[in-house]
Amino acid sequence: MSEKTKLRVATTSLAGCFGCHMSFLDIDERLLDLLELVEFDRSPITDIKHCGPCDLGIIEGGVCNAENVHVLREFRKNCKILVAMGACAVNGGLPAQRNHLDLRDILEAVYETEGGLARGVHIPNDPELPLPLNKVHPIHEVVKVDYFLPGCPPPADAIWKFLTDLLAGRTPHLGHGLLHYD
Amino acid sequence: MPFELETAPHPEKLKRVAIEPVSRVEGHGKVTILLDDANKVQQVRLHIVEFRGFEKFIEGRPYWEVPVMVQRLCGICPVSHHLAASKAMDQIVGATLTPTAEKIRRLMHYGQILQSHALHFFHLSSPDLLFGFGSDVATRNIVGVAAAQPEIAKMGVLLRKYGQEVIRMTAGKRVHGTGSIPGGVNKSLYAEERAALLKDIYQMVAWSRDAVQMIKGLFEQNLEQYNAFGRFAAHGMGLVRADGAMDLYHGGLRARRADGSTLFDHFDYGRYWDVITEDVKSWSYMKFPFFNALKNSDEGWYRVGPLTRVTQSDFIPTPLADKERQEFLAFDNGSATGATLGYHWARMIEMLHAAESIKDLLHDDDISGRELMATGQRQERGVGVIEAPRGTLIHHYRVDENDQVIRANLIVSTTHNNQAMNEAIRVVAKQYLDGKELTEGLLNHIEVAIRCFDPCLSCATHALGQMPLDVELVAADGTTLDRVLRDMHGVCLRDSPPA
Ligand code: SF4
Repeated sequence: MSEKTKLRVATTSLAGCFGCHMSFLDIDERLLDLLELVEFDRSPITDIKHCGPCDLGIIEGGVCNAENVHVLREFRKNCKILVAMGACAVNGGLPAQRNHLDLRDILEAVYETEGGLARGVHIPNDPELPLPLNKVHPIHEVVKVDYFLPGCPPPADAIWKFLTDLLAGRTPHLGHGLLHYD
Repeated sequence: MPFELETAPHPEKLKRVAIEPVSRVEGHGKVTILLDDANKVQQVRLHIVEFRGFEKFIEGRPYWEVPVMVQRLCGICPVSHHLAASKAMDQIVGATLTPTAEKIRRLMHYGQILQSHALHFFHLSSPDLLFGFGSDVATRNIVGVAAAQPEIAKMGVLLRKYGQEVIRMTAGKRVHGTGSIPGGVNKSLYAEERAALLKDIYQMVAWSRDAVQMIKGLFEQNLEQYNAFGRFAAHGMGLVRADGAMDLYHGGLRARRADGSTLFDHFDYGRYWDVITEDVKSWSYMKFPFFNALKNSDEGWYRVGPLTRVTQSDFIPTPLADKERQEFLAFDNGSATGATLGYHWARMIEMLHAAESIKDLLHDDDISGRELMATGQRQERGVGVIEAPRGTLIHHYRVDENDQVIRANLIVSTTHNNQAMNEAIRVVAKQYLDGKELTEGLLNHIEVAIRCFDPCLSCATHALGQMPLDVELVAADGTTLDRVLRDMHGVCLRDSPPA
């Protein structure tokens, strides 16, 4: 198959746990078949560091710092279709549980006041560290999203069904048994 | 004494190069390198750039939710968090596990070690090892491996699949299961499940042996390079069984100094804070733990994980893995045991140990037993420690009389290796980058060193924040002098210097 007909896919993890990417790899041997049909742009499995023009962008995780916003916008700009994969991208997921707490308080507790810390330590503040946002946001609050794949993580079969529908030119439809939220 | 290359005296006069994000690792991090006018390396740092604050928002949750909740720290080794939290909560409910519960949990854990080590070695690191550290970025990934050496890629995919199936059958789901609960487990294995797993286990043991031979062969072919690459001396820590055997599920803490002398042994992890303190540096959200006995993080840092476990345990309690361990220790007068790339070899020996352990458990009728749960005298504090794929993982909770968590502290495997990873990349920067024009291939050497540790930067961000290569040379007045980018095709581009 010639390179040109392959679907170009980029994936990234923002404020996620990589569990959705693991579920993607859980398509097991079908991954080797998939490689005949798609090529990967930026993704945790390649060394491509910035997303280029792609047919499909898959986002895991919500938005928790300035860098996430930057990467998400880069994906939206470059991907014809953008997918929110998993609970964190869809609604913030577990990391959004920090939203009812004050960020400053959490940082102080973790880096300054808790037991077990060396004396005189402070909250990291180097300019190399991207600024955390006050709240964790689902990605649709920042960019337009074309599809939402629920689940924490979505089952491998759901990811497979979604991709094969898309590759075949059908409207993706998960149907019974593949659409769940745990 | 501060670390060489950790902090340049006059950073404002130096050029900056960043590797962002670090790729083919799990999680988010970046590396910055500062160079002087002659391209001599002056400062190198691995930054963990994401902060999540798990420890804080666990507070107030009922204790039985925690083993399921904390898995969301990390989807690569969720089972490790699931089990470390469960072990802590066993103490909260005062339970001593039934044989069935302990064996089901062990089975789950060995499944996890098998899948995680396979993923790390085959999917993420093998491209560097098979094609070369500075090889073409377009094919330096698992897709390239699948094209060039399909049987190796397939072996990796199927080993991982098997481990994930063990997890699914014991935990209910491959990622973020619910099988382990405070005081036990909620299911044991059905006869059909045992039969299905037994059918393939011998193949998994055989492939794990092949994988050990593969990394051993790479060491033999590239002896000098593999021995010297990113090499440094360090103290080490890990769990061992009462008889000194490797035990990835339970044991006491053993720490040895870099010279091999013992710092503590069979230490009860329920009081880990008596031996470990955490330091914080301004430039990373990941903390820097150290041994209290060695005073501070400059002197007392250490490493954990496969290399430490294989070299510090007295033996491995499964025969094939123990034989490989002995060969590893004897190889070239023991040189591989201190090599940073020796992590990969040790990792494959552990994968073999996990496969053998699964085989033994599948033959043990206790895994189909019906006694799943135990309870006892309620306690206020619980500390659960486990040897996760990447090293020692500590979960510590206090629960009040309303069953709510009032304090949580987690020290994840990758955090223990924080200084060790920084040390490795500074050595590599001196070995390969010093005085050179930086290229994409040279910069990948830095990432090869990081990958030896199989860092889970996802776990390490539990504290709140993220890892993407962009190398910039900035002049004293802030103008960009030079910039090297890996573009979307992974091609290294150089911006022409601004006028
Ligand atoms: S949705 Fe679940 S599996 Fe996916 S990144 Fe979030 S926590 Fe992890």
